[in-house]
Amino acid sequence: MSEVPPKIRLKNLHKKFGDKVVLNGLNLDVGKGESVVIMGGSGSGKSVSLKCLLGLLTPDEGQIEIDGTSILGISEDDRDTINQKFGMLFQHAALFDSMTVLDNVTFGLFRGKGMSASDAERVAYEKLEQVGLDRSFGPRMPAELSGGQRKRVGLARAVALEPEIILFDEPTTGLDPVMGDVINDLIVKCTRDLGATTLTITHDMASARVIADRIAMLYQGKIIWAGPTDQVDASGDPRVDQFIHGRAEGPIKMEARRL
Amino acid sequence: MSERPTGINPLRTIGTATLGMLATMGQLTLFMLNSVSHFVRPPIYFRLIGRQMIDVGYYSLPVVGLTTLFSGMVIALQSYTGATRVTADAALENVTAVVVLSITRELAPVLAGLMVAGRIGASMAAEIGTMRVTEQIDALTTLSTNPIKYLVVPRIIAGLTMLPLLVLVGDVIGVFGGYVIGVFKLDFNPALYIQKTYNFLEYIDVISGLVKAAVFGFVVTLLGCYMGYHSSGGAQGVGAATTNAVVASAILILILNYLISQLFFGA
Repeated sequence: MSEVPPKIRLKNLHKKFGDKVVLNGLNLDVGKGESVVIMGGSGSGKSVSLKCLLGLLTPDEGQIEIDGTSILGISEDDRDTINQKFGMLFQHAALFDSMTVLDNVTFGLFRGKGMSASDAERVAYEKLEQVGLDRSFGPRMPAELSGGQRKRVGLARAVALEPEIILFDEPTTGLDPVMGDVINDLIVKCTRDLGATTLTITHDMASARVIADRIAMLYQGKIIWAGPTDQVDASGDPRVDQFIHGRAEGPIKMEARRL
Repeated sequence: MSERPTGINPLRTIGTATLGMLATMGQLTLFMLNSVSHFVRPPIYFRLIGRQMIDVGYYSLPVVGLTTLFSGMVIALQSYTGATRVTADAALENVTAVVVLSITRELAPVLAGLMVAGRIGASMAAEIGTMRVTEQIDALTTLSTNPIKYLVVPRIIAGLTMLPLLVLVGDVIGVFGGYVIGVFKLDFNPALYIQKTYNFLEYIDVISGLVKAAVFGFVVTLLGCYMGYHSSGGAQGVGAATTNAVVASAILILILNYLISQLFFGA
């Protein structure tokens, strides 16, 4: 078999915090250049799976492979090298609040790619332009920006290094629907331009439909359904149906205290 | 599931607390070893180290100067009142000896350590803690920057190197405080006061103080970074990290101060 290994392979991931099982045998392959969205309710293990992928958490069991090579149990220096393949847009953008917008975007360019100051600045303004922010934003501090603008800067920072894999953690959370849609379009545009592989976690169905080539539904630490975006409405799985239509009643029981 | 004991079980509480403490100590040790191993591994961020040195060293000068100045002054005053019933000569010897020994051996390093714990340890815990809860530390990782190397190492190096310098300045200012009281309030002869002070000044006293300072600088910055790095749960978590950093630093400073004194002068 001359099968090309998937860009990202999550194999049988298990993760427990104390008694609480968060990941319970998660399996997911993401092909090169593909955009996969993991949907799931709060507490379904979405964030934990991303953190495992970035090496911020270590799964109790299972394998994570990038381009066919396992990245679990590697040395810290190798991990730093692997992380150069990743870019990430955080839920609240996670901009460095002690630095200007420009310094935020050039941060990885200096450190990861060793660019000169003038080159890094040029690339940074290019990327800021791509996300619809003009040069006047460069010297501003993150605290002066609105939520949507912060997300844009976060996106510019994530794509500035032209990573092979970009992760999005709830890209539209906390934004109004219009701004959310703007961010979705930017994500599609920026990642298509780069040919990057993307993995997004969200509970926003509208966002998932725009971004995803393929949708995977995470429930109780497992992928219960995965398929092309246009088939999500015909999944035949009542749990998926309940989630995408946002019904309170159904097979998914939220872990919540009874009132 | 097996039957859970109900009500308050003191053994269980003690066990949980002990396990928690041991786990924290282990984590702290690993954190320390990991940080120290990055001291020499490139890349080394000289600019960040410089910035932290200015913050820890230069900007702490006023607090350390004031505390040691007044400590020197009060010690001169107190050691004189304790020696009123002897001759003027004996009183002078007493005052100068007490001032120079207590400042260089104990007061300058301990007070500087405590002041820096309040000023620097707290701000490090708060800053790194906020970066942790707003995912800025995770963001560093995704931008090919090792957060230990970028955030922790410069701070620890700054603490380790700057506190001895602060203490050296504190030694001078503290002894000067004693001189001011000795000459202007207690009417000692200035030249004699300086001569006596010089006679009582031993290298080993100053060196033991500087060793203490380096250890305290390491402990304060390490704990500040550790508490911040492992904080969780938003504003409350950052607040708790800040408190823990200062309290743990202060206690450790006093314990280590005793142990180092014992090591130098105990035999």
